[in-house]
Amino acid sequence: MSPAAVSVENVSKSFRIYHERNQTLKAAVMRRRRSQYEEFWALRDVALEIPEASTFALVGDNGSGKSTLLKCLAKILFPTEGRVVTRGRMAALLEVGSGFHPELSGRDNIYLNGSILGMKRPEIDRKFDEIVAFSGVERFIDQPVKNYSSGMYVRLGFSVAIHVEPEILLVDEVLAVGDAAFQEKCAEKFATFKREGRTVVVVSHSMPSLRAMADHAAWLEHGVLKEAGPAAGVLERYLDSTHSDVQIDEQGRVRWGSGEARVRDVEVISEHGGATLRSGDEAIVRIHFDAKEPVEKPVFGLAIETSDGTYLWASNTRDAGLSVDRISGRGSVDCRLPSLALQPGTFVVLASIVDSTTTHTYDYLRDAGRFSVDHGPVRESGGPMALQPRWSGVRSGVERA
Amino acid sequence: MSLVADLRDSRELLVNLTRREVKGKYKRTALGQLWSLANPLAQMLIFTVVFSFIIRMEPDPGDPSGLDIFALWLMCALLPWTFFTAVVNGGMGALVGNENLIKKVYFPRSTLVVASTFSATYQWSIEMVVLAAVLVLVGSQLFVWLPLVIVFMVLLACFSLGIAFMLSVANVYFRDTQHFVAILLQIWFYLTPIVYPVRLVAEQSASIGPLFGSVTLLDLYELNPMGRFAEVFRNLMYDNRWPELGDTVACAVWSVAALLIGAWVFNRHTERLAEVL
Repeated sequence: MSPAAVSVENVSKSFRIYHERNQTLKAAVMRRRRSQYEEFWALRDVALEIPEASTFALVGDNGSGKSTLLKCLAKILFPTEGRVVTRGRMAALLEVGSGFHPELSGRDNIYLNGSILGMKRPEIDRKFDEIVAFSGVERFIDQPVKNYSSGMYVRLGFSVAIHVEPEILLVDEVLAVGDAAFQEKCAEKFATFKREGRTVVVVSHSMPSLRAMADHAAWLEHGVLKEAGPAAGVLERYLDSTHSDVQIDEQGRVRWGSGEARVRDVEVISEHGGATLRSGDEAIVRIHFDAKEPVEKPVFGLAIETSDGTYLWASNTRDAGLSVDRISGRGSVDCRLPSLALQPGTFVVLASIVDSTTTHTYDYLRDAGRFSVDHGPVRESGGPMALQPRWSGVRSGVERA
Repeated sequence: MSLVADLRDSRELLVNLTRREVKGKYKRTALGQLWSLANPLAQMLIFTVVFSFIIRMEPDPGDPSGLDIFALWLMCALLPWTFFTAVVNGGMGALVGNENLIKKVYFPRSTLVVASTFSATYQWSIEMVVLAAVLVLVGSQLFVWLPLVIVFMVLLACFSLGIAFMLSVANVYFRDTQHFVAILLQIWFYLTPIVYPVRLVAEQSASIGPLFGSVTLLDLYELNPMGRFAEVFRNLMYDNRWPELGDTVACAVWSVAALLIGAWVFNRHTERLAEVL
């Protein structure tokens, strides 16, 4: 295993909850001592290692201590017991633009904020144009930042922080800043970070983005480390636990939802009806459902994961433009995949029925079906995707060295 | 001490934070930096009218410089005093005012207090240059004494910074501190020989006689470090002579002690700041 970028060694953190907080001298004198308080343990004996070059997700319900842990990593808070050892330069994106001075220009604020985050002047000089270009506020760079729109403000702050190029980056829920185009840029930047072998620690409630990004995860519950390890397993079990109506059905499958309509089964059929699926085949994924009560405007969803839990793909009827008016009783719905872009292996299908706003879940069935894929006409050498490569056109000796 | 290492590593940040304070202060004012001179000028006018014209305070002429101008005599002690109050007030607000930053980003927290001291020092230096120019115009032989003036400016800055370190932490725990200190500074101002010469206190002390044992009123009065600094700056700039050895030693000892204790107190509490704020 690669050396840990961050070692959290039996960290506990307690806060004092004051029954009557004295921030006044009078109160302190009257009581002769610093007021009565209760100890609250936000973290209890947490020990974990964050491997170098990993994208590490911290998950847990509100109040589980994940932000406290992140702040301990960032040296904003100090553990009551235990210690945190970090190897490499660290930057934290806990709140962007918090060091801006409203009366100073964007230019001055880049230098100010950059140095707060630990950059040296020549480094900022070198990256200045890149920072400005990334934030997209070129025209206003010499204006005081108080005249910026809130979007520009946040983008500039984010841009400075992300250009610190730390070896370890701590991120707290700030992925959702700016418009779609800016988010795209950020996602790209994170991908670059990952490729360059930097370590990213991220706290987020957005499971889809965590599943896409993270390779390791830790799950905290009431300040206690519940589980740490490869992201797929940890995130899956955390997600399952968050649904209080989670059930194990008679076939041993995990599901949750209010149950008005249920997914009975999912079949994956090849176009020619054969038992084996091959890469590149046209496939039909058929969801069999049973609506015990009539359900208005349901939305069907499908997702595919590899057998080791890597999230590959998802789609739903609403986004794909199929509106279903009403279902009742038993029935089925088909999803046609014209060319199955999967390499040989076993895959898991997840299926769901949700309401038209996708906020209420009627049924969510994990492991709704499994299917195997055999190799197609062209063998591909690795990974889950089958892109059906066609190699051609060797041009040798065209370019001279 | 980790505080020193922290500060050395974050020189850049210190410069930028200081620039933020200096530049941000007079943004969007027509006169800009000129305002920094308006306040001392106004104080000079008021005190001169009240204490020289109405009350007829007559300090001894400068010896050996021979200067006899109340306004300049006053400013030699008043400017160090206003600097001291600026550092103390600025330092006290530095942590509380940057709460957002402290809670969200890690950086050496001491830089906030030090930067506020630097920006006050910058301001004070401009004021001192103006005062020095005027003193030279009216015939003070200031040039020979300038290096010593600078040494004592550094000492006063250290003393003020030490006090600011302590009070900045105290103010995080008890917000009463700033109000309390505001009153304390008013009393302190009149306990310091700024608008009157020490001679008057010495005369009173002699007429009362020893208070208990051999301790006189003057002895108690001279415990005030700011009084020592006021005397030293007056000796150097107004009188153009060596400051008394006692004053010099007192200034040095007070500065070193205040800075060490201040840094120690600050160091002890720096880790918990984000939590307490």
